[in-house]
Amino acid sequence: MTLLDEKATVEAVNPELEARSVRAEARRGLLHALPAYVYLIVFFALPLAIVFVFSFASRTSTGRPVLGGWNLDGYARLAEPVIRTIAGRSLWLAALNTAICLLIGYPFAYWIATRAKASTRNLLLVLVLIPFWSNFLVRTYAWRVLLDSDGPVTRVGEVTGLWGSMLFTQPAVFIGLLYGYLPFMVLPLYAAIERLDWSLVEAARDLYATRWEAFRKVTLPLSKPGVIAGSILVFIPSLGAYVTPDILGGAKTTLLGNYIVTQFTSGRNWPFGAALSFVILTAMLLATIAYFRSGAKTL
Amino acid sequence: MTGEEATTRGWVNRALALNGWVVFLFLYAPIAVLVLFSFSADRNVGSWGGFSMEWYQRMLANDPLMRSLRNSLLVALLSTLVSTVLGTAAAIALERYRRWATRGVFDALLYLPVIIPDVTMAVMLLMWFTTIGWSLSLTTIVLSHIAFNISFVAIVVRARLANMDPSLEEAAADLYAGRWRTFRRVTLPVIMPGVLGGALLALTLSLDDVVVTSLVQGPGSTTLPVFVFGLIKRDVTPEINAVSTVMLAASMVLVMVSLGFQRRGDSERVR
Amino acid sequence: MKRAPWLLALMLMVAGCGLSDGDNAADGGDSPGAECEPGQVDGDLNLYNWSEYMDPELIAGFEQEAGVDVTETFYDSNETMLAQIEAGGAAYDLVVPSDYMVETMIDADLLIPLNRDALSNLANLDPDFTAPPFDPDGAYSVAYQWGTTGLGFSYDVVPDPTQLSWGLIFDPEMGAAVAGRVQMLNDERETLGAALKYLGYSLNSTEPDEINEAAELVREAKDRIATFDSDAYDDLLIQGETMVAHGYSGNFFTAFEAADAWDSFGYGIPIEGGTAWVDNMAIPTTAQNVCTAHAFIDYLLDAENGAALTNFNFYASPNAAAEEFILAEILEDPAIYPPPDVMDKLEFIAGVGEASTLYADAFVEAKS
Repeated sequence: MTLLDEKATVEAVNPELEARSVRAEARRGLLHALPAYVYLIVFFALPLAIVFVFSFASRTSTGRPVLGGWNLDGYARLAEPVIRTIAGRSLWLAALNTAICLLIGYPFAYWIATRAKASTRNLLLVLVLIPFWSNFLVRTYAWRVLLDSDGPVTRVGEVTGLWGSMLFTQPAVFIGLLYGYLPFMVLPLYAAIERLDWSLVEAARDLYATRWEAFRKVTLPLSKPGVIAGSILVFIPSLGAYVTPDILGGAKTTLLGNYIVTQFTSGRNWPFGAALSFVILTAMLLATIAYFRSGAKTL
Repeated sequence: MTGEEATTRGWVNRALALNGWVVFLFLYAPIAVLVLFSFSADRNVGSWGGFSMEWYQRMLANDPLMRSLRNSLLVALLSTLVSTVLGTAAAIALERYRRWATRGVFDALLYLPVIIPDVTMAVMLLMWFTTIGWSLSLTTIVLSHIAFNISFVAIVVRARLANMDPSLEEAAADLYAGRWRTFRRVTLPVIMPGVLGGALLALTLSLDDVVVTSLVQGPGSTTLPVFVFGLIKRDVTPEINAVSTVMLAASMVLVMVSLGFQRRGDSERVR
Repeated sequence: MKRAPWLLALMLMVAGCGLSDGDNAADGGDSPGAECEPGQVDGDLNLYNWSEYMDPELIAGFEQEAGVDVTETFYDSNETMLAQIEAGGAAYDLVVPSDYMVETMIDADLLIPLNRDALSNLANLDPDFTAPPFDPDGAYSVAYQWGTTGLGFSYDVVPDPTQLSWGLIFDPEMGAAVAGRVQMLNDERETLGAALKYLGYSLNSTEPDEINEAAELVREAKDRIATFDSDAYDDLLIQGETMVAHGYSGNFFTAFEAADAWDSFGYGIPIEGGTAWVDNMAIPTTAQNVCTAHAFIDYLLDAENGAALTNFNFYASPNAAAEEFILAEILEDPAIYPPPDVMDKLEFIAGVGEASTLYADAFVEAKS
């Protein structure tokens, strides 16, 4: 009998005490959330409400919304075929990038998380992030140097006969995206794998005999929260990515990210930009929540 | 353990290690390029013109550049600090306490800053600050960065907290350790890798943000990425590589120092 | 549910405030600025400018001469600057919008008319720049620096620069030799503008048919274009990644000079014509120290100061009096100061009002 069970018994016999404890729990939950809650209401939800109102407004010559002349033009434009093309392309890019990041990021995070010393693990983790404290554009242009026709990557490809110059092609885009989003996958994966109860894995190994079975039946399910969090952190931002694809891929296609930017800048159509953002926001929120629920169930 | 299994095990470990080093090579290849060209006499990034320290001298003499670097570091540190605390508390509220009023609303609200397109967030914050009559400044940049960073921290910490065995904490609480002591001695050490990961992510996002910052900046508060974005429109110069190299070197030194402390911690625990 | 009407009211109020703020700022646009003497200052200067576009020594010189502090803030695009000025959250005293943006800002009542009496050096300005199409009376803006948009090329593919044509990009036969080695600016006004010029139209066309025809041309040329890039195209040309590059004069000049590659590469305005762009100083309605802003404009209109600026950033100066102080190598470079016959082929980019949306949409369609 542990302390815990004893406590449960006490609560069970005293319903009033139990109710009080539930109320106390509820209070404490809200209390923990409160600072972030208030912050996000003031600096996110209320500003977002303005954007929502804008999405129904008409616009001035500089594209700014004017209250009045309420309309659904912004939403009606979403039916145009060009939007489908752009959205489809962006979804495909984000999905493939997420898959690649997961494929490479999982074994990588697993490797870091299974180093014996905490200091080694922390060192490796920080080493993953350090390249990203340089400047984003500088890193991307450095990739251009690596990938252009006399870049080292191209030379290696020519010597081995495996590939030619990849600059301004789809592979270059995916190399750039993988580079940019790998840490978003590795960090939550690491956080989830590092806390695994390795005695469980050992036990599973005795039970299932093969290492692969043990991994599939125990380690993978236990690290699922990390997989879910990582996929969300990679998929959603890469859905809006456009700078890397433009610089490395040649900017010959429009993506969701720069399509929205265009509406707020040279396209001078803030109401349409707002409507577009709102639809994406809603769709992605629903998808994220559904993804989380399904992930939680199959754990 | 059978001999065959030991072989598989050795093979798997070798493959994992290989993947690890290849990923590190991948992560540091462009870094090597940018460090290399920061020492090139040729102004065109990509062609080597002999060793030179010219760009470092220019960087130090470039007041707007140095000021934007200072602004960037200040913004990144402040916003990381605040968002790590708020984000961690938010993660605990969602993972530790299952039943409280409007928990679902909070859950959804916490995802929105990750989902929203950069430019939309930038525009709405600009409108909001001017609507409530705040002048734009470094403060509005920090406030905006916190607004998107909280969510990223919370998501990483939640991945750590999810399905964590609560018995440890409850046991500690039952031993009449105060709530704060329980948190500091039991919860925090357990979630620390998640908190650290979240903080690193927040720092990275803040150091790289252009879109939101360029719209909520005020007089004199231009950050490094915004300055560099404009600079590249004029011309890509190795001066930017020099700044990046200095930042990388500085963070390397910081990491080594803090790791030195941790190593001492490790060995103490063993003793 | 009870809270809903309250929330909606708040939202509307909040949104309403944001917009009426803009209106107020616009209303105040006519009166101030009239009361300054040349060189008079009324406080510190908040300068909102492009990165690396101002010589720090000129700033130091002004601070000393006028006895005020200058705070520099930087933007990376006209649109970012417009959004900040229109929202009005920061008290910038002086901005440096490009041509079409001056017109946009005048239309949106975001600029304060200049007081010519406070600008004692205004006569130094080249007559070509005193009445540009985007500000026909020169009432709101003073040219800061200018340049052209044309083609940089390798002499391997353009042996005779006098026959340089946009056909290298848009004509399938002429372009066959450089297919896959061509870059164009990632900018709808410049790139559709080039196509409009090739078709014989004005690059400020507001005719939907002409704009769509130009977009169709860009779409057809897309297979031969390696990349749309507005930032590092000069590096691509020098490294041999491209052989024909669409871009701004000054950037090519700096790149050729740095690589000592004048023998292999050239820059020119195609026979069908090209763009002249001008960046301008203007005082936005957010200005608090209007006299200081005038004093700073006047300071840069000074012959020696105007020359110092050009010697610093290698863009042509609209300041005619400054020419005697500009380095000979810059003044004699046809890529920076084009000869008269080239000047005649240039067209200023002007604001196109509502057609901005047409350009943006057509460019997206061409790239979709």
